[in-house]
Amino acid sequence: MSQPLLKVQDLTKHFPVGPRTIFGKPEQFLRAVDGVSFQIEKGGSLGLVGESGCGKSTCARTIVGLHPATSGSVRYEGVELTSLSRREWLPYRRKIQMIFQDPYASLDPRQTVAQILNEPLKLFGLGRPRERRLRVLALLEAVGLNPRHVQRYPHEFSGGQRQRIGIARALAGEPDLIVCDEPVSALDVSIQAQIVNLLSELRERFDLAYLFIAHDLAVVRHLCERIAVMYLGRLVEEAPRDELFKNPAHPYTKALLSAVPYPDPEVERTRERIVLGGDVPSPLTPPSGCPFHPRCHQVGDVSGDRCSREVPALVHEGQRSRACHLD
Amino acid sequence: MSASKSKRFDLDEADAERLLREAREHKGISLWQDASRRLRRNRPSWYALVFLIGFGLLSFLAPLLPLRSPVRSNLDITLSAPTLDGGDSNYLATLDPQADSTTITREIEKDYWELSGMDHGLISLRRGIFGSWQTGHWLGTDHLGRDLLSRIVWGSRTSILVSLAAALCSLLIGVFYGSFSGLAGGRIDNLMMRIVDILYSIPFIFVVIFLITLIGDHRQVLEEEWGLDREKVFYLVIGAVYWLTMARVVRGQVLSLKHTEFVQAARVMGASTLHILGRHIVPNVLSVVIVYLTLTIPAVMLFEAFLSFLGLGVEPPRVSWGLIAVDGTSAINPLRIHWWVVVFPALAMGSTLLALNVLGDGLRDALDPKMRGKE
Repeated sequence: MSQPLLKVQDLTKHFPVGPRTIFGKPEQFLRAVDGVSFQIEKGGSLGLVGESGCGKSTCARTIVGLHPATSGSVRYEGVELTSLSRREWLPYRRKIQMIFQDPYASLDPRQTVAQILNEPLKLFGLGRPRERRLRVLALLEAVGLNPRHVQRYPHEFSGGQRQRIGIARALAGEPDLIVCDEPVSALDVSIQAQIVNLLSELRERFDLAYLFIAHDLAVVRHLCERIAVMYLGRLVEEAPRDELFKNPAHPYTKALLSAVPYPDPEVERTRERIVLGGDVPSPLTPPSGCPFHPRCHQVGDVSGDRCSREVPALVHEGQRSRACHLD
Repeated sequence: MSASKSKRFDLDEADAERLLREAREHKGISLWQDASRRLRRNRPSWYALVFLIGFGLLSFLAPLLPLRSPVRSNLDITLSAPTLDGGDSNYLATLDPQADSTTITREIEKDYWELSGMDHGLISLRRGIFGSWQTGHWLGTDHLGRDLLSRIVWGSRTSILVSLAAALCSLLIGVFYGSFSGLAGGRIDNLMMRIVDILYSIPFIFVVIFLITLIGDHRQVLEEEWGLDREKVFYLVIGAVYWLTMARVVRGQVLSLKHTEFVQAARVMGASTLHILGRHIVPNVLSVVIVYLTLTIPAVMLFEAFLSFLGLGVEPPRVSWGLIAVDGTSAINPLRIHWWVVVFPALAMGSTLLALNVLGDGLRDALDPKMRGKE
């Protein structure tokens, strides 16, 4: 069996918070990501969804090395990345790139588009200056921008155009995997569609794999073959797209799907909705047992005990997996 | 695999040439260009800038101007009022026309203190242009009969030199120290900033007074062994103080920049800390640094004048605005008000400081990205 492109196993990221004891050890840890495992095949795409604060972005940032992982492993084509030094990581940098959420913050305001796109080429040591100039123009064309605008500055572009520049920058090193950290949630709805279409087009053309972080299920549905649902730093369910939408297996996924509005007022009125009570518990003091059990609408008297005592493991069943004690 | 992959981006050579040519025509407007345009629209700041450039030129070219000597006293005309009477000839006219250049140079040296080679060049150029003609006492004379106009112009050189020294220290030490501290973060940041706090808490006026008195006792030894004179101590002290605030300002900026997505993007691309510092952080803090510099410089000028006023700064025969003001105040008495000895130096200093502050204010508005595109 061939290696998966990216294999994430028991990835954990805890942030020390609060006052430190006199020995310099922090008293509390924020469990942003708590034992997440998944894998992405070459050319595949995984959507990672969940409400804000559930650890999606931290997960993405840990994978690309912006945060050092507390424990667990991230393997790119079998190579363990988490233990690499910055220098050892360099050859894999061009293979795993990232698209950021805020197109207004992700481009250096003091650089022209040419400089922004030239930077990764230079850092990856690709080509001579002349070849790099050509590549920059080709990149702009690939993301649907006019190559004539290569000498302009980011402030002269709209939000959608800036996001295209960000995508071009991620493409510069011909990556195999692009980690998209909510790349469309800061954009207008009409622009969102354009960017999503561009992403799926580029995927076909360059044989890319995506790890797509979003909180918008519709976007993920359009772009991703597999979807993983996160709650409080853990994966609760992972399944192929259609199966997940047709037949969600985890109570949290059900609640999440029922919150998506249906574009037909008749249906919308009669539709049954699952409204979760309470707030997301603090990741500083996660509930015992299943992290979802205090808000779960399906937790019964019989299973209740077990749900509050035991953390459910992610159990694989054929194509899909879920973490729940209920049947 | 990589060969077939790189094909994906291949462009036609001719196409690319055409696009590059077009791109050059479509040059964007950089933030700096935008800022300078907005600065020009801000009338007061623009005039302040022009004034400062003019003043800087004037003081740089002081040896070229047909000014009287700033130090040669003439006890016949002490405290004479400003007059627009024409100038007269100076001793250069009485010199033998055939006199060799060393004689002339020696005569000139008497009129000034140590001059650099450049200044000598400018003076001989002046002799070529103006001959022996020199200005009248347009701004009056002081209690030793020295020409006030010349003293103010030559005194501005000291002020400008001091402020340049402070600006350089701020730039080199402050920016580097601040950005390193901010970028390193954690304990290193904490330690570096506590050092700044400690230096801040030292009352520098006392340190200067202490140092100068100390030097007064061992002047001979210091000058011979270390080449340290009062002026150098003065620059050292200014350098030690004026980078502190800059370091704090820069650190604050770096702290906020460090978490921006474009810096993270550079890190995902595998950029080193040095690369991020040079390419992303420093260009982005530069606008704040420039604004801060224009506000530091007047403070330094004032500090120099203050120390010279107390007799702790520049020593005669050198001239500085602080010294001129001291001479001025000693010449004032209730019976005969020699207003010109105070008003003109104060005016020169006040207008320079005002211009710097107005310019700093305008620059802050011009460089603020939130003001972009607005008037």
